[in-house]
Amino acid sequence: MKLQRQQLLINNFFMFIINCPYCGERDQTEFTCHGEAHIARPDNPSEISDEEWGRYLFFRENPKGTHFERWTHDHGCRRWFNVMRDTVTDEIIKTYKMGEAKPVISNE
Amino acid sequence: MKYSLYNLVKNSFSYHENWEKAWSSPDLKPEYDVVIVGGGGHGLGTAYYLAKEFGVKNIAVLEKGWIGGGNTGRNTTIIRSNYLWDESAALYNHAVNLWEGLSSELNFNVMFSQRGLFHLAHSVHDMQEITRRGYSNYLNGIDAEILNQDQVAKKIPHINVNGRYPVLGALLQRRAGTARHDAVAWGYARAAENLGVDIIQNCEVKGIDISNGKVVGLQTTKGSVKVDKVGLVPAGHSSVLANMAGFSLPINSVPLQALVSEPVKPILDCVIMSNSVHVYVSQSDKGELVVGAGSDAYNSYSQRGSFDMIEHMMAPLVELFPIFSRLKMLRSWGGIVDVTPDRSPIIGKTPVKDLFINCGWGTGGFKATPGSAHVFAETVFRGEPNDIAAPFSLERHFSGALVDEAAAAAVAH
Repeated sequence: MKLQRQQLLINNFFMFIINCPYCGERDQTEFTCHGEAHIARPDNPSEISDEEWGRYLFFRENPKGTHFERWTHDHGCRRWFNVMRDTVTDEIIKTYKMGEAKPVISNE
Repeated sequence: MKYSLYNLVKNSFSYHENWEKAWSSPDLKPEYDVVIVGGGGHGLGTAYYLAKEFGVKNIAVLEKGWIGGGNTGRNTTIIRSNYLWDESAALYNHAVNLWEGLSSELNFNVMFSQRGLFHLAHSVHDMQEITRRGYSNYLNGIDAEILNQDQVAKKIPHINVNGRYPVLGALLQRRAGTARHDAVAWGYARAAENLGVDIIQNCEVKGIDISNGKVVGLQTTKGSVKVDKVGLVPAGHSSVLANMAGFSLPINSVPLQALVSEPVKPILDCVIMSNSVHVYVSQSDKGELVVGAGSDAYNSYSQRGSFDMIEHMMAPLVELFPIFSRLKMLRSWGGIVDVTPDRSPIIGKTPVKDLFINCGWGTGGFKATPGSAHVFAETVFRGEPNDIAAPFSLERHFSGALVDEAAAAAVAH
């Protein structure tokens, strides 16, 4: 486990290299971040209040720690995917395809 | 001790070894009327105006690091007020008005230099944008001059107006300029302490005590403190503090970086901004070129920007100023800025009673320092924002009355 973590650091520290789930490892400059992932559009848009709309549209988790976010591989396959990343170290913990379940944060 | 010619001469007899410290390091008292969390320019200024204009006696400013060590000491020091919308124009121009008297007000030279700021236009669209904004500025009483290509070339001799990014014109604000950022923090700290404000450094807030929906105390690394009112002014950590108080914010925290060149003789006597090719540059009094550009797009608290952003800053700079291409860059650094959806700040009340917030200044908070501090002091004292601060409430994200400077002003982000 420790070795794996070191490997992760080497591969992904500072986000020099991002592992696209479709193309494999590519340079960070090929990608763009598009903000928090796993935000579901309200099911009942005509019923919810202005406050609930405001929260859906504008309010974000912005955690100091593990963050789940959407990226696109602009200069590659141009597909969207999700990234689990630490916002303190900028270390990428995991990349995964859209539609896959949100990874669980372990407290190791 | 007042800084004056008399005291300068007097202290020269003792070889300048007996100047008082500009501010001391008192212990945290168990109770305060008002605690300001965040000892940057905005926070220290808030404490200063609370003491001076509203007569609040028992104030503390809690700073996690040291005074001038955060974003106040990490920016590119540009000051201007040529924003498009009336609400922003009022707020930022209030700041410029205060900047003009700040050195004498604080008895501390903040080196405010109104050297003029040129916002470059590189296309027909840019010319239309600066024309619209220039006329909007006239209507709001903000000085603005729309210049053509020849006028720009004449005023800025080294600029390349016919390069890859042709310069068709510029919007000039003569009252805009720069100030010494550290001096702003130091000046406010010294002036606030002279009015009895306790400035507590190396004191991080770890928890916010709330009872019946009202803030009652803070847990800090130097112990707990009882409070009547709290003002949060935590650039870069707004969401973290809001979460402690049990609410969330429409903010993403992203890295913004800047760099300086080796010092050279005077070559650039104004501030240059370009939103389209995205770079801004001025020359400091030490002779260094101070260069900035946009923020990274990803959330981060690392205080470190991405390497490719440096190239995005330098490429347009050397296109616009080929003469700079052989300069060496000495230092680069990053800060964390709190960006709101409309690129306007959040000033005002929070869901917690007597807990107020001043945050979300994004990439352009330094220019607003005195104005932000002044209106926020009134907000904290009266419990309600004044006319200038009112449009910037947290509520606007529910009502939809955004002050959308994201595409409107010359905001580099």
